[in-house]
Order: sequence, then structure tokens, then C-alpha cells
Amino acid sequence: MLAQMTSGLDFHSKALVLRAERQRIIASNIANADTPGYVARDINFKEALSQMTGASSAELSRVTLQASNSASPGTTNPRHMALSGLSQSELSGATAGYAVQSQPSVDGNSVDLDRERASFVDNSVRYESTLRFINGSAKGILSAIQGQ
Amino acid sequence: MSMLSIFNVSGSAVSAQSQRLNVVASNLANVDAVAGPDGKAYKSRQVVFQTVPMGGDATAGVKVNNITESQEPGKRIHNPNHPSADADGYVNYSNVNPVEEMVNMISASRSYQNNIEVMNTAKTLLLKTLQMGQ
Repeated sequence: MLAQMTSGLDFHSKALVLRAERQRIIASNIANADTPGYVARDINFKEALSQMTGASSAELSRVTLQASNSASPGTTNPRHMALSGLSQSELSGATAGYAVQSQPSVDGNSVDLDRERASFVDNSVRYESTLRFINGSAKGILSAIQGQ
Repeated sequence: MSMLSIFNVSGSAVSAQSQRLNVVASNLANVDAVAGPDGKAYKSRQVVFQTVPMGGDATAGVKVNNITESQEPGKRIHNPNHPSADADGYVNYSNVNPVEEMVNMISASRSYQNNIEVMNTAKTLLLKTLQMGQ
């Protein structure tokens, strides 16, 4: 029952982590707006999220499999519970692509500052909305627990 | 806490841009400087930015790699009465182009503001994240 209640929360928490990651990448682009030869990066949020939710369910099944067999890596006792948190490599890296240059510049910098600023604002609004979804479902679960 | 590294990234950019502003200020201050007894006038300086990887794959800060001196010839004005005039009666001025420096200054201050705004937004989001579930 609780697993069903918290599955939406789980999804939103993954989206939140991904939004934070994108925020960081856009911040890097804005920081390097004047660096010669810097190539702007960005992530395809839709693909990244579907990849992340797929990966974590696969990881979850692997973890439960390992827990039934023996101690999973990172634990020192078979009775330890494995953390199903996402590894750093899963979050970043593979999903970050390179932005296409809209107005080529002589110094090879491909940051379009207007686009980056727009993406930054868009991403922060979406981050906040995800946060509200999480807060809303947390409140729902809490009121269900308290029964008031 | 991947959002916390935004402060490192934008902070490095802010410090690089402020160094650029410093260089612009010293160029503008020396715009009318004449050559000293050694015959060498002030040379306009420019910062060179470089990307610094910070933690993650796509996370990159910025730093000032080096400061170059422009090798353009400076102004030479014929004024034999000037105390710093050379043997031919010419005064060597610095090679600072004030228009270029003003443009550089505006660009640096806009980039500075952008990065401050990024840090403010990240701070707001982190504070809201801290209040999650309350």
C-alpha cells in the first residue's frame, strides 16, 4: 500500500534530481559565456528521465536479487540493507549532449546567452513545480497517516 | 547535492569577470599615460578565460588563464615641448583603445550580473528544497 502511495513521490524525486542536474549544466554554460572555445551542453530531459526511471527499476531488481543472495557491494554484513540511491555516473555523463550553435562566433564559443537564460528560468520554474508536487503528495500521505 | 556546485561554478565565473573588470579599470586608468624614461608606454592588457572542469562531466567553471599584453603600436604625438618627448620630439602614449575598453567593461558587468542572478536563483531553489514536506 505504502509502495503505491510513494511511487509518485519516487518519480517526482527523480525528476527533481534531474532538474537540479540540468540547472547545474545551464549554470556552467552561463559561467562560460565568455570563454573561447567552450561548447554549450544541455540534457534532453524527456530521454534522461525515461532512462533514469528505467535504470533505477532495473537497479532495484538487481539490489533485491543481491539482497536475497549475499551481501551486496558496499555493505559489510549480509543483514545490511543496500541503498537503492542512484549512482553519480547514472545521473550525469551519458545524457549530456552538446547544444547546436545558433549564431556562430569567431572564438568558437557556442553559448547562446539568451537561450541559456530562458532555459535557466524555465528549468527553475519546473524545479519549483516538481517541488510542489512532492510537497503536495507528502502532505497527502501525512494526512492519510494522521487520519485527520 | 548537485545544486550546491552551482555556487562553485558561478562563483568562479564571478571572480573571473571581476578580474576582467579590474584589468579594464587599469587599462582605462592608463589611457593617457605616456612613456617613462625607458621609452616604453603602458601596454593594454587583456584577460584570457579558460574552462575548468568541476566535479561532474558537464559541470565547468571558468578561470583567468593568463593576462596578455597587446603588442599594438601606441599613439605617437609630435610635441617637442612635452617633458617626456623623445629625441625626435615625439611623445609615446599607451596603446589603450578607450572605446574597446568601455565595451569590454559593459560585457564584463553584464556577465557578472548574469552569474549573480544564477546564484540567487539556485539559492532560492535550495532554500525551497530545504523546506520540502513542511
